[in-house]
Amino acid sequence: MIFVGSFRSFPPLPPSCQQSEQSSYVVEPADLPSPGIYVSTDVDLPKLQTPGTYLQRMELGADKLYKERKIRGFCHLSTGQEAVAVGIEHAISKEDKLITAYRSHGFTYMRGGTIRSIIGELLGRRDGIAHGKGGSMHMYSKSFFGGNGIVGANVPLGTGIAFAQQYGETGNVTINLYGDGAANQGQVHESFNMAKLWNLPVIFGCENNKYGMGTSADRASAMTEYYKRGHYIPGLRVDGMDVLAVFAAVKYGRDFVKKGNGPLVYEYVTYRYAGHSMSDPGINYRSREELQKNRANDPLTNLKMRLVDWGIMTEDEAKAIEKEVKRIINEEVKQAEQMPAPEATLDILFEDIYVPGSEPAQRRGRTVDETRY
Amino acid sequence: MAPLRAPLRCFAQTPRRFYSGAPTPSAKLNLPIDYKSTPILHHASSSLSNMPEFPAAATTKRLNYFQAINSALRTALSTSEKVLLFGEDVAFGGVFRCSMDLQTEFGSDRVFNTPLTEQGIAGFAIGAAAEGMKPVAEIQFADYVFPAFDQIVNEAAKFRYREGGTGINVGGLVIRMPCGAVGHGALYHSQSPESLFAHVPGVRVVMPRSPSQAKGLLLASIFEHNDPVIFMEPKILYRAAVEHVPNEYYTIPLSKAEVIKPGKDLTMISYGQPLYMCSSAISAIEKTMPGVSVELIDLRTIYPWDRQTVLESVRKTGRAIVVHESMINYGVGAEVASTIQEGAFLRLEAPVKRVAGWSTHTGLSYEQFILPDVARIYDAIKQTLEY
Repeated sequence: MIFVGSFRSFPPLPPSCQQSEQSSYVVEPADLPSPGIYVSTDVDLPKLQTPGTYLQRMELGADKLYKERKIRGFCHLSTGQEAVAVGIEHAISKEDKLITAYRSHGFTYMRGGTIRSIIGELLGRRDGIAHGKGGSMHMYSKSFFGGNGIVGANVPLGTGIAFAQQYGETGNVTINLYGDGAANQGQVHESFNMAKLWNLPVIFGCENNKYGMGTSADRASAMTEYYKRGHYIPGLRVDGMDVLAVFAAVKYGRDFVKKGNGPLVYEYVTYRYAGHSMSDPGINYRSREELQKNRANDPLTNLKMRLVDWGIMTEDEAKAIEKEVKRIINEEVKQAEQMPAPEATLDILFEDIYVPGSEPAQRRGRTVDETRY
Repeated sequence: MAPLRAPLRCFAQTPRRFYSGAPTPSAKLNLPIDYKSTPILHHASSSLSNMPEFPAAATTKRLNYFQAINSALRTALSTSEKVLLFGEDVAFGGVFRCSMDLQTEFGSDRVFNTPLTEQGIAGFAIGAAAEGMKPVAEIQFADYVFPAFDQIVNEAAKFRYREGGTGINVGGLVIRMPCGAVGHGALYHSQSPESLFAHVPGVRVVMPRSPSQAKGLLLASIFEHNDPVIFMEPKILYRAAVEHVPNEYYTIPLSKAEVIKPGKDLTMISYGQPLYMCSSAISAIEKTMPGVSVELIDLRTIYPWDRQTVLESVRKTGRAIVVHESMINYGVGAEVASTIQEGAFLRLEAPVKRVAGWSTHTGLSYEQFILPDVARIYDAIKQTLEY
C-alpha cells in the first residue's frame, strides 16, 4: 500500500509497488479506506531509510556480542521486522505513547533511546537505558512504556495508558503492540472490550511474524486473521514488510482514533529472520526455502529499491548511508562495552524498591568470582 | 553501614571482569558447585540401591535433570492412557527439552502444543482432570504462571473441597514449571514463586533437588494423589545435575522430607538448588570446625510439608537454618522457622536463621548479588553455632 501526496512530482510508482500481495488494506467492518485508497501525507522519504538501517545493524551488533558471550540471558532480535518500528514512529508524534512486548530493541531506538544505551543495557551496564536491570526485554524511554517479558501483559497496560490520555484530553493516541502468539491471551480480549466500551484512543497492533516462539500461527490460532480479532472493532491488515504501508496505515489510524471513533485493531504481517531468541536457531520449525523467500522481501531493501526507482536516492547514496551507519554502530558498541558495571553499593542494589530493610548486615565480596574467600 | 562501604568502593575500582568467569585463586568457599562430585547426587548406581525409596535391583542410567523428567513423562504416558502432556512448544521438546520425542512416541492426541495462553492452559487442564484425565501441563517458565494464578487458586485448589458428594477431584493434574535463577535471566525468567502457592490449601507444591528425585516425585504427583500438584523444576539443574536414575516406574512420597546427611549440632533445611550450596558450606565448616556435624534436610514437598522430620531433627540438634533462593520476605523460611519456634522452643540454642534471596527484583546484572551463596550459608552456620 503506497500513499501519495507530496510525491506527486515524482515519477509514477512502478506497478509492482502499487499493490503487493500482502499489502491490501482489508477492512472489516466498513468505515476504513477500501483497498487502493491512498492516504495523503508528507514525509521526507530518505528519512525512512536510515533508521531502519540503524535497527538492522544494531541487531547484528547485539547478535555478535551475544555470540561472544558478552550479552547474557534473553535476547530477542527483530531483524526482518524493522518496517513496523520505523513506519509507526514516523506516523506518530513524540507525545503519543507506545508499548510493546519483548522484541523491543527497535522500538526503544525509534522512541529515542540511543544505540549506546540500548547496547549498554543488553550488556547489563549501569549506564544502560534501564541501569542494567532490565536487559533485552525491559527498556523504557519517554513516551515508551517498554518491552515486557510476559506475553500479552502489556496490552491491558496500553489500554490504561489510552484511558489516561482520553481522561486528560491530551489529544494523543497509544500504539499498543503484541505478537501473533500473544493474540491468544485472554487479557488481550479483555482489553479490546474495555477499549471499545469506552472508545479509547488506542491502535492495537498485532505484529504477526508467523511464529509464536516455535509454533506457527496456524497451529496456535483457530483464526489467523488477527485484524479481525476485535470483532466489534474495525481492523486493518497491513504489509509489515513495507515501511510506507505501515506509515500510511498508522497515520490514517491515528487520525481515526483521535477523532473519538474508538480503537482499531491492526495486523502487521511481517517475518522474523532470526530465531525466537538467541537459543533458537530458528530453522527447526520452518524451511530454509521459506526463510530465504522472506529474506528476499526485506523491508529495507524494498524501500531502498523504491527510493532508487523513484529517483529520490541513488544507489551510491544508499551505500554511503549503510557505510556510515555501520561505522557509527561499531563506535557505539565500543563505547557501550566500556561502560562500567553497576557499582558495588547497597544503594544501587536496593534502588527503586519500596521496602528497605532486608539488605544484608554484612557482605564480603560482590560476586561469586570476585569473592576473595 | 558507612564504614563498610568505603572498602567496597575501592573494591569496585580494581580491574573489573565484566563476565562471569572462574573464581579468584584465593576463593575458598564460593567456588562453582562441582556437580560431578557433590554428595547430593548418586554418582554410582550402588548408592541408589541403598535407598529404600528406589526399586530394589533396578537397572539405572545416568541422566541429567531434564532427561529424568523426560523419562518420568515417558513412563507416565505409557503407564496410563489418561495421562496427557501439553504446554507451549511442548510438542518439539519444550524449551528445556523435557518432552523430547514424546509426541512422536505417543501421538499428537496426547502430547500437543497449546497457544500462549497460561490461564487457558491451567483451566483446560483442571477441566480435563475433573473428567478423569491426568493432565501434565507445562508452564514454560514459572514467571509466566501468574495469569493462571486465578485458575490454580480458585479452581484447582478448591475443587475437591467444594465438590460435596460427587467426589470429583482434580488429582492427577500436575502443573510443571521451570523455576529459579541461572545468573542472567533478569526480571521474568528467574523467579521462584513456591511460597505464593504454598499459601493455598488444596495444592501440593513440590521442588525436587535431583534427577532421581524428580522422576519419583513426578510419578507420585501424577498417580498417587487426589490433589493438584505444582511441580517446580530448578532450571539451573536441567543440564548441570547428572546422576543414576532407575529405569523403572517408582515413586517417592510427597509431603515427606529427607535427611540427606545426618548431623548432631545444627539442622539445615532447604530444597531445590540451594541444597548443593548447603552441602558445600557444610563440608567447609566441618573441615574448619572439627567435631561439628550438620544435618541437611531436603523438604522436597514445600506444602503440605513434613513438619515431623524437621522438628525431630531440631529437637536433636537445637539449632536450625533455613535456606532458599526466593525472597526472604514471607518466604518458606518464615513458615519453617515459626513452626520450629512453636514446636522445639525449649530445645533451641540459637535463633532460627534464614538465608534467602534479598527482597528485591532480579535485575539483569544484579542476580548474583541477591541470591544466597556458599559464603553466606557458611557464615550463617558459624554464627548460629557460636551464638
